[in-house]
Amino acid sequence: MSKNKSEYLINRHDNQYEVVIGLEVHAQVTSESKLFSTSATKFGAEPNTQVSLVDAAFPGMLPVINEYCVKQAIKTGIGLKAKINKRSVFDRKNYFYADLPQGYQISQFKDPIVGEGKVILDMPDGQKEVGIERLHLEQDAGKSIHDLDPKNTFVDLNRSGVALMEIVSKPDLRSPDEVNAYIKKLRSIMRYLGTCDGNMQEGSLRADVNVSVRKKGSKEFGTRCEIKNVNSIKFMQMAIEYEANRQVDLIEDGQTIDQETRLFDTKKNETRSMRSKEDAHDYRYFPDPDLLPLEVSDDFIENLKSEIPELPDEKKKRFIEKFKLSPYEANILVSDIETSNYFENVIKKSDVKLATNWIIGELFAALNEKNLEITESPISPGNLSKLINLIKDGTISGKIAKTVFEQMMEGDKDPQKIVEEKGLKQESDPKALEALIDKVIDDNRDKATEYKSGKVKLFGFFVGQVMKVSGGKANPQLVNEILKKKL
Amino acid sequence: MSDITKQSLSELVENIKGKKLSSSEVTNAFVERSEKSKELNAYITEDYANALNKAKKFDEKPNLDLKLPGIPMAVKDLFCTRDLRTTAGSKILNNFVPTYESTVTQNIWNQGAILMGKLNCDEFAMGSSNETSFFGNVQNPIDKNLVPGGSSGGSSSAVAAQLTPITIGTDTGGSIRQPASFTGTVGLKPTYGSCSRYGIVAFASSLDQAGPMAQNVKDCALLQEVISTYDEKDSTSIDFKRNEYSKELTKDIKGKKIGIPKEYRVDSMPKEIEDLWKKGIEYAKDCGAEIIDISLPHTNYALPTYYIVAPAEASSNLARYDGVKYGFRAEGENLIDMYEKTRSEGFGAEVQRRIMIGTYVLSSGYYDAYYLKAQKVRKLIKNDFDDAYKKVDAILTPSTPSSAFKIGEKTNDPVSMYLNDIFTVPVNLAGLPGISIPAGHDANGYPLGLQIIGKAFDEQNILNIAYAMEEKINFKNNITDWWIK
Repeated sequence: MSKNKSEYLINRHDNQYEVVIGLEVHAQVTSESKLFSTSATKFGAEPNTQVSLVDAAFPGMLPVINEYCVKQAIKTGIGLKAKINKRSVFDRKNYFYADLPQGYQISQFKDPIVGEGKVILDMPDGQKEVGIERLHLEQDAGKSIHDLDPKNTFVDLNRSGVALMEIVSKPDLRSPDEVNAYIKKLRSIMRYLGTCDGNMQEGSLRADVNVSVRKKGSKEFGTRCEIKNVNSIKFMQMAIEYEANRQVDLIEDGQTIDQETRLFDTKKNETRSMRSKEDAHDYRYFPDPDLLPLEVSDDFIENLKSEIPELPDEKKKRFIEKFKLSPYEANILVSDIETSNYFENVIKKSDVKLATNWIIGELFAALNEKNLEITESPISPGNLSKLINLIKDGTISGKIAKTVFEQMMEGDKDPQKIVEEKGLKQESDPKALEALIDKVIDDNRDKATEYKSGKVKLFGFFVGQVMKVSGGKANPQLVNEILKKKL
Repeated sequence: MSDITKQSLSELVENIKGKKLSSSEVTNAFVERSEKSKELNAYITEDYANALNKAKKFDEKPNLDLKLPGIPMAVKDLFCTRDLRTTAGSKILNNFVPTYESTVTQNIWNQGAILMGKLNCDEFAMGSSNETSFFGNVQNPIDKNLVPGGSSGGSSSAVAAQLTPITIGTDTGGSIRQPASFTGTVGLKPTYGSCSRYGIVAFASSLDQAGPMAQNVKDCALLQEVISTYDEKDSTSIDFKRNEYSKELTKDIKGKKIGIPKEYRVDSMPKEIEDLWKKGIEYAKDCGAEIIDISLPHTNYALPTYYIVAPAEASSNLARYDGVKYGFRAEGENLIDMYEKTRSEGFGAEVQRRIMIGTYVLSSGYYDAYYLKAQKVRKLIKNDFDDAYKKVDAILTPSTPSSAFKIGEKTNDPVSMYLNDIFTVPVNLAGLPGISIPAGHDANGYPLGLQIIGKAFDEQNILNIAYAMEEKINFKNNITDWWIK
């Protein structure tokens, strides 16, 4: 395998293979109620407590489209810079399964609500554009639970009918790293929009991964395999790596690749055949006669456009231009809406450069260590900006600030108070510092003589001693200046 | 009053409002007659005790401002009724008791009517003779050997035999109009979107429509006025201004232009149907209408189109009857085995046939040739009507190509059975309102019906034409009560 900066290639003998990846992401629409019924959608509720007669497909029950979900899908489409289709059609995808009460899933087949769009990825060697093929709305199925009883299967219909957006990318991705960046970017956009919480543990974001390989330079696509329902970025990457290598091995061995649906076994870290193309379901798609075609007006779309917040790409641009952040810093700070909100709150009242460093450096490390999200940070943006101001105006040194920061992490305390209570205020009075320095020089006469005879390295020793005696409070800049004079 | 059951709905309403009859007296009379009429097999589920109780309660505190004050009524067993078994004529729903009420029946109860029971029908409304019902065939009160038509055969039989003053059926391809024609009664299939489909067991969603079945046009108008409401729970329900059909009913149809479509003169049409049609034209002229020859060029394709669209939708609509959640379940070795056993034991032959046709026409590789083409033809059929309505206000045709046939006569010949819907099916495909009124008898004395087809949402107009012609026709049903021993 070679990774020369951007290219992800698989080497076998004298051949180099490129991996071609397309994703079908299933994103749960953030909505109080389901796509075609008024049942709640809360995660983790007792089984079968959020099920209406419509969700359980009782005789004579009819679906009624939830306008809010339609708005969410269109907003997502706008966020993906995509074409919004003013007329879309709901189709029935027919198949039998115990957790599919209607015997069909209501989805959109030929006429999706959102057409072509794009997502920009920031890769280490520059930007990459990934095409979006389409986005459509569909119902989720229920959940079959097979391991509660040796003979019976239990079915939980809470999820049945929950709105999903299926976002289909073009086969533009070329490496597991790009897949990682793509999912994160998609998640970020939807979280900015409030259209999907992107919570992969709760299944709000899952993907079917299409993988094929071809010799480097070839324009033709290889035969692809679809890996179904992968629910973490790490597993997607592992599955792609395994699957691409499997396909390369087959080609190198003179065999052909069967177009098929495969499953990723997370325990064995391998993909396994689920069903071949011949066994593929015939879903007998046809327009759902219970629902009229969905038509939205230009005004409806324009109104939604006016509700779209600043999205990560635009925000990044603004951060770079207005705050002079580096692209790297801007990327980190805009990657999710909570982080960028936090950042913008901190810099309302404090220095941008220091704030950037403290958030990306100390705060992220500390949160990471405690396994906290930025929204759970014990340090409020207001208190962090106070801390930064204390550094900026010379009240405390950067070093002392770290001590104060640690204290703040233990509970949301006002840094000013910590500094006062613990007497951590920086000593910047030249007279007081002179006295301190005189004493240190006095106590280390021999070293002072050595310094004067040319051992300049000892300067650091004196600085250290002064800082030590001052309990770290001495203003380092002033200490330097005075020491130089005195020695 | 000894002849309560002979009264029309309008008479009963008037008598209850005038306090000449109590709801209990009326309910009691229809319950008694229903009990004496078990041989007709019109009912699947009887709810007489509850009906009598409700009538008693109504009489204790009668609300005479309602449109159907204390009127007992049995309804087709395709409408879900809260706490009363709803089978759709199928074994697969043999034990199904809904916890909810269809919008159409709720509208009826809201106007003071009282549920007496659920009427027999073809299984999932798939049939033209009521012979596909799991609960056995229904006899036509005209003659014990005759089918009452279908799928609303229990309904037509019950109205004709006066077991209920009025009823509701559903019409997907003629299931109200054809049985009305076979039993000498009046049946209206409203415009698609006029009556809510919420709570009606679905057969073919884009065609299904509930409607009234009555002894006369006025009763029919009154019930239509009650059941037709806009309903947010049905996305295909249409919010249009609905008339007070019974109040606005008039026999003045002078100058109305009535079209006669030449394509309805089918080759195999018996002479007596041709004669009936001619008579109908004369009646219409007598009423002051103007007769205009028109063409509906795609009529020939209506039946094959219908028998692609309806089974396609049905094959999907009936997928929910899988033994998992409610209804009949046959035990199996595994999920697939359970599905197969449940559905082969739970569905009858005709339903299975249509599920197979529907599955076939939607299958990949066949979809374009069948389903998609059928949708295109459906549009052409609708265009035919749109063109015709540029020239005329309504269209007059026979309701059926024959009078009621004998029980068992067509059960082994599905195509000949399907041909019975030839005049009614185009109306469903175009989503238009159509009414069948009794207009004469054949050589055997069996009733024959005429159909008046209207523009979309123009129920009032076809009710008026029917009302005017009804008076001229002055039809009398020959029913001898042969089944009452």
